[in-house]
Amino acid sequence: MVIPNFARYVKSRSDRQLLHGLKYNKTSTCKPEESNNGLPIVPCGLIAWSLFNDTYTFARGMVELKVSRKNIAWKSDRNHKFGKHVYPFNFQNGTLIGGGKLDPSLSLSDQEDLIVWMRTAALPSFRKLYGRIEEDLEAEEVILVNLTNNYNTYSFGGKKTLVLSTSSWLGGKNDFLGIAYIAVGSSCIFISFVFMLLHVKNPR
Amino acid sequence: MSETDRISGKLRWSKLYTFSCLRPNVLETDGLHSLQGPGFSRVVYCNQPRVHRKKPLKYPSNYISTTKYNIITFLPKAIFEQFRRVANLYFLMAAILSLTPVAPFSAVSMIAPLAFVVGLSMAKEALEDWRRFMQDMKVNSRKVSIHKGDGTFGYKPWQKIRVGDVVKVEKDQFFPADLLLLSSSYDDGICYVETMNLDGETNLKVKRSLEVTLPLDGDVAFKDFTGKIRCEDPNPNLYTFVGNLEYDRQVYALDTNQILLRDSKLRNTAYVYGVVIFTGHDSKVMQNSTKSPSKRSTIERKMDYIIYFLFTLLVLISLISSIGFAVKTKFEMPEWWYLQPQNTTDLYDPTRPGLSGIFHLVTALILYGYLIPISLYVSIEVVKVLQATFINQDLHMYDEETGNPAQARTSNLNEELGQVDTILSDKTGTLTCNQMDFLKCSIAGVSYGVGSSEVEIAAKKQMAFDLSGHNSEIYSASMQNSRAQDSLENSGSDFGKSEIELETVITSKDEKYQKPMIKGFSFVDRRLMDGNWLKDPNVDAILLFFRILALCHTAIPEPNEETGSFNYEAESPDEGAFLVAAREFGFEFCGRTQTKVFIRERYPSSGHPVEREFKILSLLDFSSKRKRMSVIVQDEGGQILLLCKGADSIIFDRLSKNGRMHEESTSRHLNEYAEAGLRTLAFAYRKLEESEYSVWNSEFIKAKTTIGPDREAMLEHVSDMIEKDLILVGATAVEDKLQKGVPQCIDKLAQAGLKIWVLTGDKMETAINIGFSCSLLRQGMKQICITTVNTDLLAQDAKKAVKENVLMQLTNASQMINLEKDPHAAFALVIDGKTLSYALEEDMKHQFLSLAVNCASVICCRVSPKQKAMVTRLVKEGSGKTTLAIGDGANDVGMIQEADIGVGISGVEGMQAVMASDFSIAQFRFLERLLVVHGHWCYKRIAQMICYFFYKNIVFGLTLFYFEAYTGFSGQSVYDDWFMLLFNVILTSLPVISLGVFEQDVSSEVCLQFPALYQQGQRNMFFDWYRIFGWMANGLYSSLIIFFFNLNIFYDQAFRSEGQTADMAAVGATMFTCIIWAVNFQIAFTMSHFTWIQHLFVWGSICTWYIFLLLYGMSSPIISRNAFQILVEALAPAPIYWLVTLLVTIACNVPYLAYLSFQRSFNPMDHHIIQEIKYYKKDVEDQHMWKRECSKARQETKIGFTARVDAKIRQLRGKLQKKYPSLGVQNVIPPS
Repeated sequence: MVIPNFARYVKSRSDRQLLHGLKYNKTSTCKPEESNNGLPIVPCGLIAWSLFNDTYTFARGMVELKVSRKNIAWKSDRNHKFGKHVYPFNFQNGTLIGGGKLDPSLSLSDQEDLIVWMRTAALPSFRKLYGRIEEDLEAEEVILVNLTNNYNTYSFGGKKTLVLSTSSWLGGKNDFLGIAYIAVGSSCIFISFVFMLLHVKNPR
Repeated sequence: MSETDRISGKLRWSKLYTFSCLRPNVLETDGLHSLQGPGFSRVVYCNQPRVHRKKPLKYPSNYISTTKYNIITFLPKAIFEQFRRVANLYFLMAAILSLTPVAPFSAVSMIAPLAFVVGLSMAKEALEDWRRFMQDMKVNSRKVSIHKGDGTFGYKPWQKIRVGDVVKVEKDQFFPADLLLLSSSYDDGICYVETMNLDGETNLKVKRSLEVTLPLDGDVAFKDFTGKIRCEDPNPNLYTFVGNLEYDRQVYALDTNQILLRDSKLRNTAYVYGVVIFTGHDSKVMQNSTKSPSKRSTIERKMDYIIYFLFTLLVLISLISSIGFAVKTKFEMPEWWYLQPQNTTDLYDPTRPGLSGIFHLVTALILYGYLIPISLYVSIEVVKVLQATFINQDLHMYDEETGNPAQARTSNLNEELGQVDTILSDKTGTLTCNQMDFLKCSIAGVSYGVGSSEVEIAAKKQMAFDLSGHNSEIYSASMQNSRAQDSLENSGSDFGKSEIELETVITSKDEKYQKPMIKGFSFVDRRLMDGNWLKDPNVDAILLFFRILALCHTAIPEPNEETGSFNYEAESPDEGAFLVAAREFGFEFCGRTQTKVFIRERYPSSGHPVEREFKILSLLDFSSKRKRMSVIVQDEGGQILLLCKGADSIIFDRLSKNGRMHEESTSRHLNEYAEAGLRTLAFAYRKLEESEYSVWNSEFIKAKTTIGPDREAMLEHVSDMIEKDLILVGATAVEDKLQKGVPQCIDKLAQAGLKIWVLTGDKMETAINIGFSCSLLRQGMKQICITTVNTDLLAQDAKKAVKENVLMQLTNASQMINLEKDPHAAFALVIDGKTLSYALEEDMKHQFLSLAVNCASVICCRVSPKQKAMVTRLVKEGSGKTTLAIGDGANDVGMIQEADIGVGISGVEGMQAVMASDFSIAQFRFLERLLVVHGHWCYKRIAQMICYFFYKNIVFGLTLFYFEAYTGFSGQSVYDDWFMLLFNVILTSLPVISLGVFEQDVSSEVCLQFPALYQQGQRNMFFDWYRIFGWMANGLYSSLIIFFFNLNIFYDQAFRSEGQTADMAAVGATMFTCIIWAVNFQIAFTMSHFTWIQHLFVWGSICTWYIFLLLYGMSSPIISRNAFQILVEALAPAPIYWLVTLLVTIACNVPYLAYLSFQRSFNPMDHHIIQEIKYYKKDVEDQHMWKRECSKARQETKIGFTARVDAKIRQLRGKLQKKYPSLGVQNVIPPS
């Protein structure tokens, strides 16, 4: 179980550095992943350092299933929060290697995996968008998934799940919302019915 | 200068006044005070203020300042004051800790609200201080004539006065500082002083200058005046002064008779000259000023317990959180490689979990601090100030005659007004207006005067009630018992009718008075008026009676240009009424010189008035100890007469054997007058022989010139010698007029379930009379009079015996009440001051209290100011109920300060009571509105406001805690720092303030129509623990709904059709949206009175949240971080966001709505029913039903005139044939 909302973890980032890169050097918030060998790390902080790096490829029969990895992050993040001219620097270079590495030739605003990962989730068990399968899948179809298990969850007994889901206007499948609506609605109806009966029975 | 002024200017009053101002002129140096040692260091160089400009004789200037701060000290002092509050200190510590890395949020989110709250409180302080400053400035800039040198005087502001200045104070001006009286417009240096502002006494006091300074009677005389005063240092004792005056190489002793105190007023004297001795804060009145004790309302005290409860809760969940954190840190953290547990600080050190746990405890205490709302205090302050403004602005409590509005002098007791249980009221000036009307007299055993007193009017009223009660009884009897309900209702409607009849009775009475209206004279009797008395057989006695009226006094006539007659400057209102009466009878007192009094006697037979002069030989003035005053006059025929007036008991003791002719009939009349609520005095005279007088006079002069402590006693003794063997002439009855609307007000207050105690300094008979006229007493009520018998035993034994006797009386009375079977039997307790002093002793007071509580009305007479305060404390502490003391004079200050709420009447009797009070009103009758309307509203407003405040903070604070459990107790909050900061300060503060200011369950008219609504406050129905915990449970429920609904909906599924999942910022913002909607809907349901302001604030708050989120999202991502463009990009386009808001808002409020419906359907409270009636406009359609409800909504009461009617109805219904004894006075205790 990763606790992405652990206070120390959540704070360990520098939004200014993400935007301005090496020009911004007051990155004390990023401790302990602030610098390495006397050189600053871009992107600094524990969140970036523990970047999720499992990879998945999908195949339908023998045909590879296209997974779009573009536009999985918020547009505003790409355009305004992660610098277009900020490139990873001195990243995962230390003795401790955390999660994934970044392509130093791609600017941060193009590293959508990082951008998605940097949006810490609210709860310990969480889902992140990996990509979109933009082809229709038929029912009963068999999908082969080829995954590289890079990310270490064994040390703390975490589980990893790959979810293929469709999305509607409401987003993903959300049973709870429907159940809650039905429950609240019916209890409202029930209560009003009871009061109506009581009112008819003994009016004031 | 008019002629009379000149005449009065010539008066040498010292010849007249015996006790108060005559001092032997010889041997003045003998009484010199040896002014040595500490406490007597003050030296004043008269007429040389320059000397006092530099040390060591530099004394403070006459500039006074009652402000708490000045410009320099304001900041440090006010900040210090603010942080003496425990809650603020807690928040300050939290703010300081927020600067350390322990803090869960950024420092600014902790400091900003604190700064706001403290700043607002300080602004309030500053505003109040500014008002005090303006008040001071007004006083400081009053002008007074001051000696500028070379015998010229000029006006200067008070603050420029220095010690040693010679000032000239003119008539009706206040003295600017403590002065030594040098001379006055009178030849002998007498002046009259009104000390109402100092001690509340309305009678004038006489001051007299030293003989030696008398020549200083003109401006020019001060050209070369010098002198040196050595005296005591400034002290607060008003009644002592020790000092010497060195003048003309001689030393003279000074005492209080020469001292004019600041804030007292010069009366009846054209001008005085004086030397300034004490200025500004050195003056006695300023030394005396005490701050009134700070009072806190019951609700506020209870709120403290809620705060303690919440603080305990806070510590508890913080402990849970920190223990959880320590456990996680120790056992799980080492495995969380992504946190680099090996590279940590102390805060997250898995090797030292205990230390991390302790650090985390601090973090948690700050994080969950939202349970204790920082803004609660400031919101309450704001609300109370606004409520106080409403009270101040209420036109229904504005007195047009005096131009005094009601004033909430302290705003922190508003809600206490809604919970009053017992009212302790002063009589004179509060229930009565201290205006005397000459109404009746008894001369030579014959009673004159047919006018009726208010009491008799009240009796007439009662007759009207009885009649109506009777009618309804007959009606209901004819309808048989089948419609018993209707009879009640009819009595109600009849009551309404009879009320109208009564109104006409009262107004017609007023009209009657208005036509011939002479202030102080309501006497109507043809036998005495218009000279008809000449035909009376007792013409000699009547003539003598009139002469006593016109001669036996110390007043000064003042010609009135408008009417051509005279106004009288009298020492007491009674005396004024006598002089007016004498004038109306044809004996107009028209002038007074040194030794003579001029009376213009008018006889209809002779046509034009005859001016007679009487030589005043001696004057033995009135004192409360002597209870009588006498003049010895010589008429034009040389006959010497001693004319005496005084309390009946005193006069009757001094009658000669042949002077008792009319004693029996006169005393019968006196009793009748007393029963009618009138104040009585007996008149007597004695003829003196020339020789007899001269023998006595030599004794008298000897006594007058004696020096030493036994002088007073000697004078009294000599007076006694001449004031004996009197011959009774008659008696007078003066009406102490009730204030407007007092009986009606008392009736309404009784219906509202309030108990009313009257504490008065008057004698028992007068007090009982007033009790009758106010309907506090009525016929058929069993009066329990507890008095002490005068025993002549030795002091020690007597005390014990009296005490046992009092105890026995108390026990007997209690037993009698306990044995009483009739539920409608009412008891009244009347107790006098002397008995009270025993009853208030430690071992007896609880018995006294339990007896008093069982009585419908309690009247304490002859009580001292201190006893008033003691009774108040007994009621307050003994019964644990809220007490309200109302009074107008300085003698009520103790009581006003002691009671939970002190109300001052800003009437005529000075400002002392008002200054000590928490609320001031101009008339007693405004008390009804102050309590029943404003008190009721304020109580409900504050109660609901506080409950709601805790509710909303519990909702918010607990979601933080739940979230904690999901973050490994690491102290992370799901909300952005800014959201949290704005929650209390902006997003939810205005609706709750509007609730606290504008909420009204029913309109003010309905409050007055249904006084029983007031009992909701007395019973504390809106702030009992059930309600408080109910609200807290509601908060708990809402927090659970908000948190878990959001969690379950958002935790794993994508919330957008593009497949994005919700991160912490999105979940936090959604959850926060839900909270804002839920708590604002909650307050909308709580409010029952909406104006556009409430709508604006409630819905505006919700809008403000969206606007804030929008603007925040538009700011740079450096500032807004993960909330960047959150509304526009992530939340608003997602339908699920809106669906969740709707769902959660409804789910949160359904239980409250269900509770409301349940309560309204099955267990409605009074105001619910009235609200519904009003809503359906039933009161207009169905007057009948409305009236019935009105009459039902009264507290069963045993006092007030409604109770009189009810009693009468019961009496008739029970078909009691027995005739009640007149007045029903039953002394249940046989006098032992």
